[in-house]
Amino acid sequence: MSNVQQHTIAVLVDNEAGVLARVIGLFSSRGYNIESLTVAAIDKANNLSRITVVTSGTPMVIEQIKAQLGRLVPVHKVSDLTIEGPHLERELALVKVAGLGDKRVEALRIADIFRARALDSTRESFVFEISGSTEKLDAFIGLMADLGMVDLSRTGVVAISRGVQGL
Amino acid sequence: MADTQQLTGAEIIIKALLDQGVEVVFGYPGGAVLPIYDALFKQNRLRHILVRHEQGAVHAAEGYARSTGKPGVVLVTSGPGATNAVTGLTDALMDSIPVVCLTGQVATHMIGNDAFQEADTVGITRPCTKHNYLVKDINDLARVMHEAFYVATTGRPGPVLVDLPKDIQLAPGPYIAPGTVQHKSYRPAVKGDPRRIREAVDLMLHAKRPLFYTGGGVINSGVRASELLLELVRTTGFPITNTLLGLGAFPAGDRHFLGMLGMHGTYEANLAMHGCDVMINVGARFDDRITGRLDAFSPNSKKIHIDIDPSSINKSVRIDVPIIGDAATVLAEMLAVWKASTKRPEAKSLDAWWRQIDQWRARDCLRYKSDDKIIKPQYAIERLYQLTKDRDTYITTEVGQHQMWAAQFYKFEKPHRWMTSGGLGTMGYGLPAAMGVQIAHPESLVIDIAGEASILMNIQEMSTLAQYRLPVKVFIVNNQYMGMVRQWQELLHGGRYSESYMDSLPDFVRLAEAFGAVGLRATKPSEVDAVIKEMIATPKAVIVDVCVDPKENCFPMVPSGAAHNEMILGDEQGAGSQARVTDAGLALV
Repeated sequence: MSNVQQHTIAVLVDNEAGVLARVIGLFSSRGYNIESLTVAAIDKANNLSRITVVTSGTPMVIEQIKAQLGRLVPVHKVSDLTIEGPHLERELALVKVAGLGDKRVEALRIADIFRARALDSTRESFVFEISGSTEKLDAFIGLMADLGMVDLSRTGVVAISRGVQGL
Repeated sequence: MADTQQLTGAEIIIKALLDQGVEVVFGYPGGAVLPIYDALFKQNRLRHILVRHEQGAVHAAEGYARSTGKPGVVLVTSGPGATNAVTGLTDALMDSIPVVCLTGQVATHMIGNDAFQEADTVGITRPCTKHNYLVKDINDLARVMHEAFYVATTGRPGPVLVDLPKDIQLAPGPYIAPGTVQHKSYRPAVKGDPRRIREAVDLMLHAKRPLFYTGGGVINSGVRASELLLELVRTTGFPITNTLLGLGAFPAGDRHFLGMLGMHGTYEANLAMHGCDVMINVGARFDDRITGRLDAFSPNSKKIHIDIDPSSINKSVRIDVPIIGDAATVLAEMLAVWKASTKRPEAKSLDAWWRQIDQWRARDCLRYKSDDKIIKPQYAIERLYQLTKDRDTYITTEVGQHQMWAAQFYKFEKPHRWMTSGGLGTMGYGLPAAMGVQIAHPESLVIDIAGEASILMNIQEMSTLAQYRLPVKVFIVNNQYMGMVRQWQELLHGGRYSESYMDSLPDFVRLAEAFGAVGLRATKPSEVDAVIKEMIATPKAVIVDVCVDPKENCFPMVPSGAAHNEMILGDEQGAGSQARVTDAGLALV
């Protein structure tokens, strides 16, 4: 389908057992895509967690995803950041690169260009921390693949709207 | 907290049920629910009906719920008790039936240890309930019990399960009365957007070929919704068709009624759907059995969709005017807006539309070849209808050809009189559902129109009928085949009747007798009336074995992957009886 679009959706849920399973189960049972999904408690006093899910589908499917999410009993709010105005998306990755000599120097040089931080270093390896847009991370990881990347961990996208308005 | 009473978990459960107005629970005991059964034993306000299989308990609760508009309640044990209930819960979810299912669970400290009769009940039932709970703290128990009823009965109704570990049932804790808790996140919409309602009425006022298409949502909304629907249809003069689950929401005898639509719907209903220019969907969900081929579904209509569930809107069919709200509330608003308007639809166009519909009606699409030697299944159901229509009658069905014939030939004038498994299509639904209906309406005539294959799926419930002396009538349309499977094999698979014939069927008359019921049989058309009359006159459970033409097929039929205007009619109608099924259609169910 040519009109498949990627959307970033923020979901405010009760922080209770099984709520993530409900959300993930909904996506798998109805055959929706999950490009990435992150979840963490954000409000201990009111017992709320925020799920950020990046999904893709036709406009009709995206509308269904939001309606289906809204129908889950422990869901407080569903917000489609992609259509609700400008927003920011960030992702964080930890990248482990092992190697000696020129490759090691090159890895450090590229990390500097991308403003990645070296969190750990041995004589034969680095662990870099990099944050930014998914595209920036993809570019950095692509370069590191040729320079001895041995391990990779990514958080998936977290997102928030610009301006004064909260979720 | 100081003044709240301390009760045991089991007592809290019983008290919550009573405070929710529950009169009857359908259940089956087991190790993990013994404390609740003990609390049941010590009181006499809440009645318990002991079923013979947990699936039967859920269907009985569904029958109770559908015939009363109140939630049905189920109580089963952990492990197999819960897994046996899964089919019933899925059925209730698909057909939006309010059911509260209480399951026992192993003690909290045993959960996850593969304990005896342990199953991950909330995990297993998450996709087949509207919502479910595992109560791990006695202080949550009363709130969760009340919340379960609230969630099950409001918005789009559905099954809610509460999993109750055994130590929670025994623990002392506080009781909170219902009504004192407000839900944090669950807020179903009731009132439709007034701007959308005006937009919808405006479309209706300009319609040339309008059609109401209404479903189970009208029935779930309550009797008031049916009354308003009748008023709106009569005020507008528009034709109306019902889905399988919507039958009874509009009186079948009214001249505006075109019969059921969809795969086995009438010629006039389906062609009206195909040809209408404004469609007003009230509480129906564009199921694939209704729409047929989606890209050819009602191609030239503006579509209004009233539904309480936002996820039903634009799920498979593009809607022009969505209205999210309760059917009765929205219909009342629509009527008010219609009456306030000075404009009326063009009478000339509406007359022409009705003339067209009357031509389609004249095809008499349900006509069948009558026979004086062999009983036609349609004849059996027609006679059943004629001989029971003036009584206080409730009809349930199993699933298959007999179900479709019942939907076509039994005419319902009132809501809550027709109980059938639509979305899930559960064979074995009808007998336990009839049991639940009879419990709710002890003086009424309750008939399960069954097939000989379906009835065997929950035949054990005959024993429950005996225990509670429930005079349920099982009317078996016996063609010795899984008729609908055979029909599809005939039309789609070259007549290769793979495993659709059942050898060694029981003698249903003697089977009835074995369960303490009365067995009757008809083998000739001339015997049908006498058998039905005897069935009605018998003040106890009856199985009627009506031996019908094993080769009869159910028509009209919109084959999978076909459009409404590509319907197959029966041989009696002559034309178009040849199935044209595409490869794409073959892949559909």
